[in-house]
Amino acid sequence: MTFAAQSGHPGGSLSVTDLLTALLFHEMKVDPARVDWPERDRLVLSKGHASPALYAALALRGFLPREELLSFRKLGSRLQGHVDRNKLPCIEASTGCLGQGIGMAVGMALDARLRHAPQRVYAVLGDGECQAGPTWEALMAGGHYRLSNLVAILDRNGLETDGSTESIMGIEPIADKFRAFRYHTLEIDGHSFPAILEALAEARRTTDQPTAIVARTVKGKGVSFMEGKHQYHGKPPTKAEAEQALSELSRASEGPS
Amino acid sequence: MSAVVGKAESLRDAYGKALVELGEKDSKLVVLDADLSGSTRTVLFGQKFPDRFFNVGVMEPTMMSIAAGLALQGRTVYASTFAVFAAGQAYNFVRQSICYNHANVKIVATHGGLLVGPDGGTHQIVEDIGLMRGLPGMTVIVPADAPTTRAATFAVAEREGPAYVRLTRENLPTVTDGSFALGKAAELRSGTDLTIVAVGALVARGLEVAEELAKVGISTRVLDFASVKPFDGPALLRAARDTGAILVLEEHSVLTGVGALVASTTSENYPVPVRRVGVPDLFGESGDAWALLDRYGMSKDRIRDEAWELLKVRGKVQ
Repeated sequence: MTFAAQSGHPGGSLSVTDLLTALLFHEMKVDPARVDWPERDRLVLSKGHASPALYAALALRGFLPREELLSFRKLGSRLQGHVDRNKLPCIEASTGCLGQGIGMAVGMALDARLRHAPQRVYAVLGDGECQAGPTWEALMAGGHYRLSNLVAILDRNGLETDGSTESIMGIEPIADKFRAFRYHTLEIDGHSFPAILEALAEARRTTDQPTAIVARTVKGKGVSFMEGKHQYHGKPPTKAEAEQALSELSRASEGPS
Repeated sequence: MSAVVGKAESLRDAYGKALVELGEKDSKLVVLDADLSGSTRTVLFGQKFPDRFFNVGVMEPTMMSIAAGLALQGRTVYASTFAVFAAGQAYNFVRQSICYNHANVKIVATHGGLLVGPDGGTHQIVEDIGLMRGLPGMTVIVPADAPTTRAATFAVAEREGPAYVRLTRENLPTVTDGSFALGKAAELRSGTDLTIVAVGALVARGLEVAEELAKVGISTRVLDFASVKPFDGPALLRAARDTGAILVLEEHSVLTGVGALVASTTSENYPVPVRRVGVPDLFGESGDAWALLDRYGMSKDRIRDEAWELLKVRGKVQ
């Protein structure tokens, strides 16, 4: 998608793919046939630039045709550079400017609690986003209101546009920060499905406070030349790179030979 | 107090009382504030409906995101703080979380403009109307008095989508009968020689100057453009055709406010001389609220002088 568009954010999309897969295919109560089902769980991609990963997961889950994916970032497409609920109804909240999605997720979780609805709200954050003050405002509110139906999932790939988060503006010890903000905080391998699913199950069992999941991930996961490289935060691959990436990813999806 | 304007009343109280009535009618309506609920008067709603009132503390940007999240679940949400925080501090949160998402959030911002007074220039936002008017899909209302504030608080609830209502800290004399309608200018005084277009606190001064001009035989139309967006273009162009000159009064920067809107609308459709009375390209300062209006070029004398200039251009006075 980022090759076809010749723009976009491949690195942070690949790091979050396993998390989104676990949410949309295993954890969340959603129905592609009823995008406006009131009691569906809500997913807010606060790191809205990881849109390719979400679009791909939504397509495979049946929310949009797979053929539409290559329209990403093109004029007239529903697949905007950053996720857009007005164009694509299965998106819960338009995001992109960082530090806002988590606030909207807090609002949604507050609403569900006011209605005594069994609805759960999942907010997926980037780690560069944790440098933004409003991220912590929103997290503070989630902790203050003891929103046990809220799960904040941090895609901790360690890299942002210009380099590593710790070299630019360190966010560690990040798990301690979540704890200080009154979150039940778990640290996991964000590419291990058993670990992700167990953390989400533990979040469900947590009834008096919100849960934060610090998912340690690899930026550019699955593509050898992208892994751990901040240069692929906002840079699309060349044709040769795209072919290699797709080849590596499809080999991986077929499992070890 | 002149005969042409009524008793001064609190716009903020009118808002707070209207909110309580709305809360009684709509059991899903929620209200947010950012540690200024006593000043914005959302406290009245909070006392009546504590379960539906969220005082989020000093986090105005995130108050807008939380409000958007609540609205995206199908609620009507009112969010209040001072205008400098609502439109200034939280601008990009109003833009993305609320407007880009078409979230049904009504921002009722108190303490707009220089009339904040002693708090000084840091808190006297004179750019908010321009900022909010520029946002696609945003409704912008600047009430001149308490009855319009009450009506506007109800009116924005009726219209799905984001709204920004700018209130003034100072009590303002009643100048309307409260028959506010979105997208409609209110003709508070008929006239044929000159039109005064005014919003907010300066509507009363406009009426007083019009009364003075009448004593020397000048017939002045006064239009209250509380509905800044949607804007009543037809009423403005009728005034341009009928009176041939327009004077705009606003307690806001002349660079981006209603004066700029009036000048561009007339010049594109029916060019007539337009003069703007408002805040020049400056920040305010501490001082008595009403003295600040005089100091920054919005005195009654200045309004009268500008009116006279327009009448001279039109050949109606020497």
